[in-house]
Amino acid sequence: MSTPLLEVSALTAGYGEVQVLWDISLKATAGELTTIVGANGAGKTTTLKAVLGSIAPWGGRVVFAGEDVTRLPAHAKAARGLVLVPEGRQLFAAMTVEENLEMGAYSKRAARTFTQHFDHVLTLFPRLAERRRQKAGTLSGGEQQMLAIGRGLMSDPQILIIDELSLGLAPVVVQQLFGTLTGLKKEGLTILLVEQNVHLAFAVSDHAYVVAEGRIFTEGRPAELAARPEIRRAYLGL
Amino acid sequence: MSAILELEGVSRNFGGLKAIDNLSFVVNEREILGLIGPNGAGKSTLFNLINGVFPPDRGRIRFRGVDITGEPPYRIAKHGLARAHQIVQPLEQMTVLENCTVGACFGRESLSRARASEVAREAAVFVGLEDRLEVAAAHLNIAGKKRLELARSLAAQASLLLLDEVLAGLNPTEVDYMIGVIRRIRERGIAILMIEHLMQAIMSLSDRVVVLNSGQKLAEGAPAEVANNPLVIEAYLGDPELAKEFRGEAR
Repeated sequence: MSTPLLEVSALTAGYGEVQVLWDISLKATAGELTTIVGANGAGKTTTLKAVLGSIAPWGGRVVFAGEDVTRLPAHAKAARGLVLVPEGRQLFAAMTVEENLEMGAYSKRAARTFTQHFDHVLTLFPRLAERRRQKAGTLSGGEQQMLAIGRGLMSDPQILIIDELSLGLAPVVVQQLFGTLTGLKKEGLTILLVEQNVHLAFAVSDHAYVVAEGRIFTEGRPAELAARPEIRRAYLGL
Repeated sequence: MSAILELEGVSRNFGGLKAIDNLSFVVNEREILGLIGPNGAGKSTLFNLINGVFPPDRGRIRFRGVDITGEPPYRIAKHGLARAHQIVQPLEQMTVLENCTVGACFGRESLSRARASEVAREAAVFVGLEDRLEVAAAHLNIAGKKRLELARSLAAQASLLLLDEVLAGLNPTEVDYMIGVIRRIRERGIAILMIEHLMQAIMSLSDRVVVLNSGQKLAEGAPAEVANNPLVIEAYLGDPELAKEFRGEAR
């Protein structure tokens, strides 16, 4: 087995005095699509926040490309290519599509690959090319999600971390975005995806983690996982 | 078994959103009824309708045979229906005992100050706060505040408690302790309607479970029955058709 690009070990974190994560350990292997699924409130987004540095981990380690990045601030992680597509898109609504994409290439490293990534994103999402000068806030939900992914790609990701891809989107748009995702994987991109629809997550991923009550409840190849009763237990307690 | 709380065709809209949509179910005497459902299903809204934070647009709510639909929270508390809130807001500068005394004073009975204080002390001891009676609520940790919230509702001497995520934010030891407290409350003959995200806890505590989804009742029954219901599984795990279509397209 190849070495993981991202390795999280025994991560604990929380808010105030409330502990949310209990010994979360997971790996994202280079070139693979890894997913984290779990019920609302299970700790999926908190895991991403602690990995990316938008909250400080209480304990545990985050190793990225062989380097211990646990205590690095979020911007330093982004500059190394740990890139987040946040839940709810979080676009700059008053800026145009093009300006949002430019913001994605903010780091010095990403600025060097600007043209290459810009062309790539507009090829991936022709809708964005058509709407280059339109304000992000006026886009449809699906187009906004495309732009959020596009902005992430502009950051020259070594790993693209996506929090809730399908949330609130029409089925036809969801199909399209998941198609894009598998396309990106084929191009060699490493992806870590948090997804609420378990079936979709399992359909596209190489490895899946099921989180419940702040812990890794079970993990494995999706085909094996799907058959196990643990999945239901993780969501429904029985 | 007779019903202590009956909901009949209860609905509530917020603008165009049907937060609660034609919902009917009953809570029986001495029963623990679990209310589950994905985020945004309408669980807390339903609690707000039951204890009178806002009235339903349609439908009736009866408590011990009396129609309480649209009554304000203080009147509903007087009927003997108390609520422990998800976001605990104790009176920070008052002690644990004083907080519980307030609960006793505005509960089912109009008690004298002295009698209220006795009831309050008993409630605080019941949840295991006996060594913190004189501590200001502000100085309690989360687990202590959660216990205090439960004690305040107990001090109201209610015959039905609405418990909104009383286990949230607790560590496993505290969760186990609180589960024990909830079981002992029921042994005293008090019925409980509870919302909880810790699924193993609520499934093991509840006699029956009602599943809400998009403001409607998706399923109702014994915990094992509900957990095996395909509609419930789909509400939690997502629509399997999306993946089938995707697999189809990918080939």
